[in-house]
Order: sequence, then structure tokens, then C-alpha cells
Amino acid sequence: MSKSNLLPTKIPIWRDERYLKLLAQIAFALGVLFFGYYFYQNMVTGLRQQGTTLGFSFLNNTAGFDLAETLIDYSRSSKYWQAFLAGLYNTLLVSAVGIFFSTVLGVILGVARLSANPLVKWLAAAYLELMRNLSLLVFLIFWYLGVFLKLPLLREAIFWPGGILLSNRGIALPWGVPTDVYPAYRLILLAGLLLAFGLAFFLHQRGLRTGRPPLTIMWFLATFLAVAVFGWLALPGAPLTLDLPRVEGLGIVGGNTLSPEFMALVSGLVLYTAAFIGEVVRAGIQSVSKGQLEAAGALGLNGFQTLRLVVFPQALQVIIPPLTSQYLNLTKNSSLAIAVGYADLFYVSNTILNQSGRAVEMITLVMLTYLTFSLLTSLFMNWYNSRVRVVER
Amino acid sequence: MSRKFSLILMLLLAAALLAACGAAPEPTAAPDAAPTEAPPPAADEPALPPPPAGYGATLDTVLDRGVLICGVNSQVPGFGFIESDGSFSGVDVDYCRALAAAVFGDSSMVEFRPVTAAERFTALQSGEIDVLSRNTTWSTVRDTELGGNFVHTTFYDGQGMMVPAASGITTLAGLEGGTICVQTGTTTELNLSDVMAAEGISYTPAVFEDADSTFAAYAEERCDAVTTDKSGLVSRRTVLADPAAHVILDVTMSKEPLGPMVRHGDDQWFDIAQWTVFALIAGEEFDITTANVDDVLASATNPEVIRLLGLEGDLGLKLGLSNDWAYNIISQVGNYEEVYNRSLGPDTPTYIPRGLNSLYTEGGLLYSPPFR
Repeated sequence: MSKSNLLPTKIPIWRDERYLKLLAQIAFALGVLFFGYYFYQNMVTGLRQQGTTLGFSFLNNTAGFDLAETLIDYSRSSKYWQAFLAGLYNTLLVSAVGIFFSTVLGVILGVARLSANPLVKWLAAAYLELMRNLSLLVFLIFWYLGVFLKLPLLREAIFWPGGILLSNRGIALPWGVPTDVYPAYRLILLAGLLLAFGLAFFLHQRGLRTGRPPLTIMWFLATFLAVAVFGWLALPGAPLTLDLPRVEGLGIVGGNTLSPEFMALVSGLVLYTAAFIGEVVRAGIQSVSKGQLEAAGALGLNGFQTLRLVVFPQALQVIIPPLTSQYLNLTKNSSLAIAVGYADLFYVSNTILNQSGRAVEMITLVMLTYLTFSLLTSLFMNWYNSRVRVVER
Repeated sequence: MSRKFSLILMLLLAAALLAACGAAPEPTAAPDAAPTEAPPPAADEPALPPPPAGYGATLDTVLDRGVLICGVNSQVPGFGFIESDGSFSGVDVDYCRALAAAVFGDSSMVEFRPVTAAERFTALQSGEIDVLSRNTTWSTVRDTELGGNFVHTTFYDGQGMMVPAASGITTLAGLEGGTICVQTGTTTELNLSDVMAAEGISYTPAVFEDADSTFAAYAEERCDAVTTDKSGLVSRRTVLADPAAHVILDVTMSKEPLGPMVRHGDDQWFDIAQWTVFALIAGEEFDITTANVDDVLASATNPEVIRLLGLEGDLGLKLGLSNDWAYNIISQVGNYEEVYNRSLGPDTPTYIPRGLNSLYTEGGLLYSPPFR
């Protein structure tokens, strides 16, 4: 009666499926780690043969090159990291402007695509098909070399009503120049914003209590505008003076100049991405069942009301996940800026890479930055998606 | 229970592996430090030190192979360019022919290998080419870290500025407030920034990824001026719609001495490459040309000319070559002036005034050490 006789059915460990599965997983994990390690070592050895090592301290060296347009203070004596930051802000600017306009245009296109009017429907369909089947790079170069560089030369610049200047050096808009009282005005605007938020919150709470939907957004805007206008008049002088663009010497002076590179990039990205967003919107609208539309019609809602109150709230939850990926696409596609010479993140990083010879570090930095953008955008859109989700019963 | 155990096991394994990864790089550091080049000969030895390893190796390789392999450019007219019939032309290319004439006595025993800007130094280091003659700027980093030695400069270039003739701009100051097209990632971009800051001229850069888009934007008048090396401006101007409508300003924004480069570690080959340049310059100094070299040989009275052409002395043998090496260079390729005028002279579309590339007696920088 030895103990082993009591366990005749025990499976040996080398035939136990659970252990074999585990073993296979460990082997695979080891394999992946080994390959990663091998390639890393390969790179480090290669770098050592070139006499360089990895490290990010070079970012504190002087950049030495100029950038055409930046949102922050930057000059040739700035550091590499400041150049990188300038590129980062430019990418954020292009992405924000691009996302805003492509969403507006995309929604219009998506709705137009389903219009009952055959002309509108046909035009929207043609546009969507054309845009979705183009290469973005080709499209950007078309906008740059074919449109914005073909605008009149600076000395023959056209002026549009309202003081807008058009030339192949850029499109310049009239712009406000801050005066001495501008800091004070900024405080007034802030106060107005807080007041408007407070009022909106109060109205929202009351709406929840009484069950009557208040015109929260209207009140919010009205309050803010009232404070803004009152503040403008109350101050001793105007906080902003209008600055009209004009040609002086070889350049444009005054106003705010949008460079051909920026215009080409934003136009290309917006018109291209809007087509994809249009399709997303169309799919969302079509996902709302026909019964809902008929019910809305039976309640006496008109077309716009049906769209705003019945269709969109339900379509949004279908629209938002693919819309997120379109936003991410637009942000990532903005790295094509290098083709039209706009100083975005990738372009500036490329210049830093060339001037400093730090390829591995710069590419890593760029990849991490785009990854962060994408993850943050996804997080925000997921949060928004969970908020607009219709509570289904 | 077994699940928990397996998880711990896996973590342990992963940790062990990571620890191994962290520790591994240390021992590998040592073998890489072994020098790939011969140590310099000790200076304090009284007798003739034995020639370092590698001395003479390149010449032996070239002679064994029976052909000189020369890394050149194939896209810059006037310097290194493939003609429509497949032949190479340009001053850098003719230097390779001169070197082949010095080594083999036959200027045709050279194979041209086009190399890009990015791969040129690797090609030289790895021995794929014997000499690099590809409008390469002589700089400290290239002379040290990249494992090469520059021989005497064959073309003194400098960064220039091209503007449309109609603009009437003649100086850099005339570009105040304007836009300047430049290619990214180049020393040109940095020089532009330096010079404009030093002169206190404000400008807007319009920076492009490659030369083609830079000049396309300039052609569309996106910018008031375009900047790159003068030699590049000259050769690019020939492909603009109306070359005559563009002028290159009479300013030089940087020093760009272009010359051939050889590998570290073979001083004999360095000397041969170096004195080939001097033979070309000396040919012009003494007015010896392809046409008159035989007459000069027959009636020479100047002792230095006699030594140069190998009638007297053993200068060629000291280089490890035959004594008529310089005669071969001049009779087959010509002197510096002939080489220059063939590619960059007034009769060519890529005309560049001699400027700094004149003999020292004419205000230039070309000066050959004595042949003795």
C-alpha cells in the first residue's frame, strides 16, 4: 500500500496539457524578448562603431537653424528641444484647425449624401468618391504647387473686401493688435466666462428639477457677449486695434499671414478627411431605424428637428468610434507637411536629426509623441462616447 | 494554485532574462575598442621606423586589380555628371583620370562608381572605392571621425545666393524682409541663419526637403532668393525655364573647399593623391599643356620642369610610381586650367568664373609646393 498506488491516474508533467501550454507561452515570450534584445544590441553595437552613444542631452544644444512660422518664441540661438516644441505646437495647430473644419464639412457632406434632393445627393456622392480614392500626398502637392503658389505674386497681390490680401507669399487677414488696456480686457473676458458658466450651471440644474429644457447655450453665449461688449465700451480705450495687411518691401506687413504651406496642408487635410467623416456620418444616420423617422414625422417634427432631436442623438454612438480613428488619421497624416515645407513636428525633428546626427533618439521621440497624441485623443473620444451613449431600456 | 505558481515562474524567468540583458553589454565593449587602423609610427625612434601596416596597401591593390575605382557624383554638371552617351564628365571626374594616368600611365584605366552623399564615406571606409572625388567639403569632422584624409583642395566653392534678375537685388541687405528658399538638413541652412544673423538682416526661410522641391518653389517665386553652394546654383540655373533671368549675387556666405579624400592609414596613397593635384597645378604654373608637353619635354631648360616631367631625378619613384607620372597626367588629361575650362570654362553651360580657383599669381589660391 505505497502512496503512489493511490494516484495511478496522475499525468506526468511533460504530458500535462496545462503545463505544455504554459511552456509554449514562456518559450514564445522568451523568443520575443530575445529578438528584441538582439536587435537592440545590434543597434547599440552599430552606434558604438560609429563612435556615438544613445542619450538625449544633445537636445540642450543650440539649434542654429531658423523656422518660418512658430507659435512660441524661437530663434536660431534656441535649443533643439525648443525647436521640437515649436514643431509640436504647429502640429497641434494644424490638427485642431483640421479636425474642426473637417468635422463641419464632413457632417454637411454626410447629410447631403442622404438628401432627398437628387442634385445635392449626386454632388455629395461624387465628391466623396473622388476624395476617398485620391492619394493624400498627391493632393497636398496639388494644393501647394497647383493652387497656393499660383496665387498672384506679392507685387501684384489682390485685396479682397475686408482687407484680405491674397498672394503666393501667403493669405493675410486683418488682425487685432493688443493695446495698453488689453491685459485688463483679458481679465474682463475671464470674468464674463466664469459668470456665463455659473449661469449655465444654474439653468442646467433648474432644468433637471423642473423637467423643462432651458436654452442653456443661448444664455451662456448671450451673457459672455454682453460682458465682452460692455467691457470693451467701459475701458478707457479700445483693447485691440485693427491692423490691415499691406505689402512693404519684399514682405507682407501687418495682419496675420497664413503661409501657403499652412494653407495647403490644412486645405488638403480638411477636404480629404471630410470625405471619410462624411461616410462615417452617413453610416451613423442610416443606422437609425426608419421607424424612428416615421415616429418623428408623426409627432409633427420638421426635417431639421428630426435630425437634431431624433437622428443625431442615436447616430452619435455609431459615429464616434470611427470618427475617433479619422481624427487620429488626420493628426498622423499631418506629418506629410514635410512635402509642402510646413514646419510641423516631423519636419522639425527631421531637421534636428540631420543637423545633430541623432537618428535613433529623434525617431523614438517622434514616435512617442504621435503615440501620445493618439492615445490622448482616443481617451477623450471614448469618454465622450460613453457620455453620449443613449441609455437603452 | 498551479496557475499562481506558473505566473510566478514566468515572472521569474522574465526577470532573469532582463537581468541578463542588463548585464550583457559590459563584456562586449572591449573587443570593439580594438583599433582598426595602424598605430602611428613612434616619433622618438632614431632610425627609420618600419612603415606602418597599410602603407602602400592601396597602391598594391589598385595595381593588382588593374583599374582605379573612383567614387564620383553623377548628377552635378561640371563636377561629376553622366553624359547622354554614358561617359562621365566634370572636374572631379577628370581628377580621377589624372590619378589613373599617374598610377597606370593610362587615364582610361579608371572605373567611376557613382555614390550618394549619404553613402560616400562608408564606401571609402569599406574599401569599395580607392578615392572619393565627389564635390566633398573639407571639414574637421570629416577629416577625423569619418576616417579619411583630404588631399589638396581642387575647387574652392562657397555658398551663394541666386535671385531673379528682374528683382534688382544685388546685395544680401537687399533681401531685408524677404523670403529665402533653402534645403533642410544641410550646412547651407545653418550658414544662411548664421550669416543673416551676423549681418542683422531679417528674413523668412522657406525650407524644403530636397533640392528639386527647393528649386521648384523658387521657380514659382515662392521666395525672393534661393541659396546653396555656388557650383550647385550654377548647375541648377541651367535647368530653370529661363537661365538668363537669374543672377548669382557676388557674395560668398561660407567656405566650401572641395577636394578628393582618401582613407586613413596609407600615407603613400595619400601622397600620390596629393601630388597628382599639385602636378595639375604645376602644369598650369609652368604653362605645360596637352598640346605642348612634348615640345616642353624636348626643349626644357627650367630644372624644376625637368624634374616634374621626370627627365631628371626620381620624384616619381619616391611616390612608388614611374618617373614619367606627371608627364602622363599632363599629356593625357591636361593641366588644371585645361581640366577647369573643359567643365566649368566660359564655353560651357556651367560657366563659373575662376575666382579663388586661379593661380596665386593671379589672385587665386592655387599654389603648388616645389617639385624637388
